[in-house]
Amino acid sequence: MFELQKVDKVFPGVHALKAVDFEIKRGEIVGLVGENGAGKSTLMKIIYGAYQHDGGQVLVDGKAVRFRSPRQAMDMGVGMVFQEQSLIPNLTVMENIFLGFEKQFVNFGVIDWKAMAEAARHQLNKVKLDISPSTTTSQLSFAQRQLIELAKVLTLEERVQGDLVILLDEPTSVLAKEEIELLFELVRDLRSRASFIFVSHRLDEVTDLSDRIYVMKDGEVVDVVNADDANIDSIQREMVGRNINKEYYREEQQSPFDTSKVLLELDSVNLDSRYRDISLKLHAGEVLCLVGTEGSGREAILRTIYGLQRPDCGRVAINGHSMTRFSARKGVEVGVAYVPRERKIEGIVAGMSVFENMTLSQMGNYAKAGVLDIGKERALAREWIGKLSIKASSENADCGNLSGGNQQKVVLAKWRSGGSDIILLDHPTRGLDIGAKEDVYVMVREMSEAGIGIILVADTLEEAIGLSHTIAVIKDGEIQKRYDCQPGSKPSLYDLIQYMI
Amino acid sequence: MSQFMTRENLQKWAPLLVLIALILFFSAANPNFLSVRNFARITMAATPALMISLGITFIIIMGSIDLSMEGAVAVCAVVFATLFLSLGGVLNSWAWVALPAALVVGSIFGLINGLVHVRLKIPSFMASLSMGFVGIGLSLLMTGGDRIRVEDPIFRSLLTERVLNFPLMVYFAGLALLVAWFIQSRTRIGRNFYAVGGGEELAHASGLNVNRVRVIGFMIAGVFYALGALFAVARIGIAETATGYNLMFISITSVVVGGTALWGGIGGVWNTLVGVLIVNVIANGMIVIGLPRYVQDGVLGVLVILAVYLSTDRKSLAFVK
Repeated sequence: MFELQKVDKVFPGVHALKAVDFEIKRGEIVGLVGENGAGKSTLMKIIYGAYQHDGGQVLVDGKAVRFRSPRQAMDMGVGMVFQEQSLIPNLTVMENIFLGFEKQFVNFGVIDWKAMAEAARHQLNKVKLDISPSTTTSQLSFAQRQLIELAKVLTLEERVQGDLVILLDEPTSVLAKEEIELLFELVRDLRSRASFIFVSHRLDEVTDLSDRIYVMKDGEVVDVVNADDANIDSIQREMVGRNINKEYYREEQQSPFDTSKVLLELDSVNLDSRYRDISLKLHAGEVLCLVGTEGSGREAILRTIYGLQRPDCGRVAINGHSMTRFSARKGVEVGVAYVPRERKIEGIVAGMSVFENMTLSQMGNYAKAGVLDIGKERALAREWIGKLSIKASSENADCGNLSGGNQQKVVLAKWRSGGSDIILLDHPTRGLDIGAKEDVYVMVREMSEAGIGIILVADTLEEAIGLSHTIAVIKDGEIQKRYDCQPGSKPSLYDLIQYMI
Repeated sequence: MSQFMTRENLQKWAPLLVLIALILFFSAANPNFLSVRNFARITMAATPALMISLGITFIIIMGSIDLSMEGAVAVCAVVFATLFLSLGGVLNSWAWVALPAALVVGSIFGLINGLVHVRLKIPSFMASLSMGFVGIGLSLLMTGGDRIRVEDPIFRSLLTERVLNFPLMVYFAGLALLVAWFIQSRTRIGRNFYAVGGGEELAHASGLNVNRVRVIGFMIAGVFYALGALFAVARIGIAETATGYNLMFISITSVVVGGTALWGGIGGVWNTLVGVLIVNVIANGMIVIGLPRYVQDGVLGVLVILAVYLSTDRKSLAFVK
């Protein structure tokens, strides 16, 4: 009933979907799996109307359609349950359920709250949720909110003719085990009302719930398996099967690190709900990679090391000194640098020049009694522009106008020139083109050579394997497995992924 | 040619072009407008407003807002006049202490303002608006609603003594402008204002103590408000609760019309100078060509809307609150 035929999607520089065939039958639950960047989310966005396909066809009951907006997709019976919960917390449950569709309850501009509550109760019954429709949404648990999202999508049943397709994007990521069981039971019950597309990182859940599973890799569907004969191992292999190019990651430049010098030590560090019992050591010149799925706790660990998040218990020692105060200011002071994922938000100040950005974290070194030595600042900026071959017209150029790769270099120059010897890189190559990525790899090797300790959360597994000396695989906030990654004896993608999901 | 006509350049120079256009327009309408005497009158009228505007410029660059200036000016003016008179009432005695004392009072006022904003986590517009009322009330309490006359000829020489046709206070104001420029471009705190306004999260993640920067910003603003109060008293010879009257609207209008962005990070003291001149040229020019006062207010209001409209890159804003 819902079908994609040879659907293509091209973004500037990226062929995100290549001739994808996808089909879902009435009452079916279809799983969709793939690594980060395999094209799952692009595919979903085309299905629920956030993107439009460039080639191929989208068919509903055999008729070609083109959704120009999610609203149009909804009118054709396609609804999305969002991973980041999309309910407005200060509104009541019923207002959220009928947000944007209040018209049916309005007489002469006045909302008939009784009728809306009644209709909302009907929707809540479908998802077996026994709460008052006038509850404020922020008072509910995550699991309850997830069900309300589902109830919201199920209102399509009354509104549209024909069959429903409901997308569930990682619905289990915030739920506890029993809640997941309940959700799955509910989804199975609801098959009489709708078909489901279920996207998850957790393969066991996907094989448990789905009838058929689509496996995606590099923008293509590489396999469709029936859940009955699905084998988790073989699916994993299909998800990651790729050749690694050793030169690309500058593996030949990887040199052993200095095991005698410990820069950073975490000893049984806990942060309730984010990670548990994390112990690790970072040595001078070491590249340590934290590997795990989104939400596994990698980012929270980085934030703790940098001082943005105080752990509940455990010891964090930097250069042998236990940290007692946790603040970004303290982190900078003891030589920790953080290169965050969103450069535009946290990496550079757009509107400030290259040299102003570079000295932002170390203005004390360039000021006497509060008065800046701008000549010295400029000289520093010129030096690093040359060192890292930053493409900027001059040190006075507005950082906001530089390309992503060059902004990244400015951020790295800021920290390195300030003498930081522990550098935390969170997805440093995200959104960069291939050439700029290689520049970042070269920089990582240079920093390692210079005795800087690097903790990396890589964009892809290959990148993690290629760049690192050591890998720690994290799942659900705990370190599952550690790998030594000497050139020539690096773990395979498959080794890592079996501990990740 | 077209590369000079970029949006950026246009935004940067538009206020100055507007100022020149206004001067040309009023000169054409009435030749008396373009005279040294009239310019001295404009700059003299603009002096207190320029001080207030310089103070608020730093706050707006940080992405905050300060609405306490009328109260701050009233308190500073009244404290200055009271102390000045009680210490002798002439500048060549111990009464000179009243001058630095006024600046200290201004900075304390700003300190409280900043602490209320930062420590109690009250939005700056609300914290400063309330503090402004506190200031008005305080000054009324001190004066009992009376006017305090400051008639010391040495102090009043700020107004009466002229060098090259311009009164002394204009030169002092110019000096204060240079100090503000120095703070903006040469000091750590000045750079921090831009960093906080351009990316507060990032400034925090780079180890800046954002709260401290904010409090210091309000203190510096307070000192400039005190300077404004001193010039205002020197100009009319009276200190009272109404000394700060209408300065809030004038100063924020000037900063915005000068091209400093309300969401922070962009602009500076030169923009503010141009903005203050634009506002005062309009006020003066309308009198010269004979339009009533209420028309001026209307024109200024429209000008603010235009300035904000032209200086906003609407593509980057999804919603405006």
